[in-house]
Amino acid sequence: MAIGLAHYLTVAAILFTLGIFGIFLNRKNVIIMLMSIELMLLAVSINLVAFSVFLNNLVGQAFAMFVLTVAAAEAAIGLAILVVYFRNRGTIAVEDINMMKG
Amino acid sequence: MIVQAIMFYVFAALAVASGVMVVSSRNPVHSVLFLILAFFNAAGLFVLIGAEFLAMILVIVYVGAVAVLFLFVVMMLDIDFARLRSGFVRYLPIGALIGFILLAELVLVIGSWVVAPGVPSAAAGSAAGGVALTNTRALGDILYTRYLFAFQAAGLILLVAMVGAIVLTLRHRADVRRQSIAAQLARTRAQTVEVVKVPIGSGSR
Repeated sequence: MAIGLAHYLTVAAILFTLGIFGIFLNRKNVIIMLMSIELMLLAVSINLVAFSVFLNNLVGQAFAMFVLTVAAAEAAIGLAILVVYFRNRGTIAVEDINMMKG
Repeated sequence: MIVQAIMFYVFAALAVASGVMVVSSRNPVHSVLFLILAFFNAAGLFVLIGAEFLAMILVIVYVGAVAVLFLFVVMMLDIDFARLRSGFVRYLPIGALIGFILLAELVLVIGSWVVAPGVPSAAAGSAAGGVALTNTRALGDILYTRYLFAFQAAGLILLVAMVGAIVLTLRHRADVRRQSIAAQLARTRAQTVEVVKVPIGSGSR
């Protein structure tokens, strides 16, 4: 049997769902949350590339590259904020992040 | 063809298994390592589908930069991860429910989806005029022409992210004595050396 578009889309869907599942599962750990977001962005990239190849249109791959760029920038900024927060407060537990709560 | 199918299932199964381990691993260092494995397998899927350039970029950017950044932060911060895991079982049912609903929706969409007629013929960005280009060359052809401004904006995003990360984590500590090279170079002989005539038998003060 040939591997078609639906196969790739299914893998991407499972990875995306795993990312959302990870955010719900690790509600207290910001680092794993960021990793889950990376997983979801990876699934989106797989979708873009699969459509791009099977529709014979390279624009999808160009946009997958932009998604990659944004993912790298987001990880760098997020982890920098995390490091600064840990330096100031000594914890990264999500339920302790409530300074700006009214 | 059969080899390709087997490779697809191996890569896909490993990527999904590593994804499961990322979200369910007890130790965050293991999570990062499984994330790296997931990225490698996704790169394998990209090679299989014919997007070699993106596969290599995925390995370089995600494995070489992002995952190592995660690894540094996980190892640098001294965190009690056992406490962060305490609500794991409590959140499991709601997370599983929402994940299952989302997956069911996505599978229903994928199962009943077809390409609209006429879309492939309208594809504007496909490789130019029948000439066989490599994936990298074809990608460069559209990235540096039609999407030049988007490409520049991506570079700007990376620059802003770099500056932002440095500004956020740079720390000026007041209690550390640093070398002041300008002050050292600006010293003159008059400030430094003093010639003293010492009378015999009294010593210098």
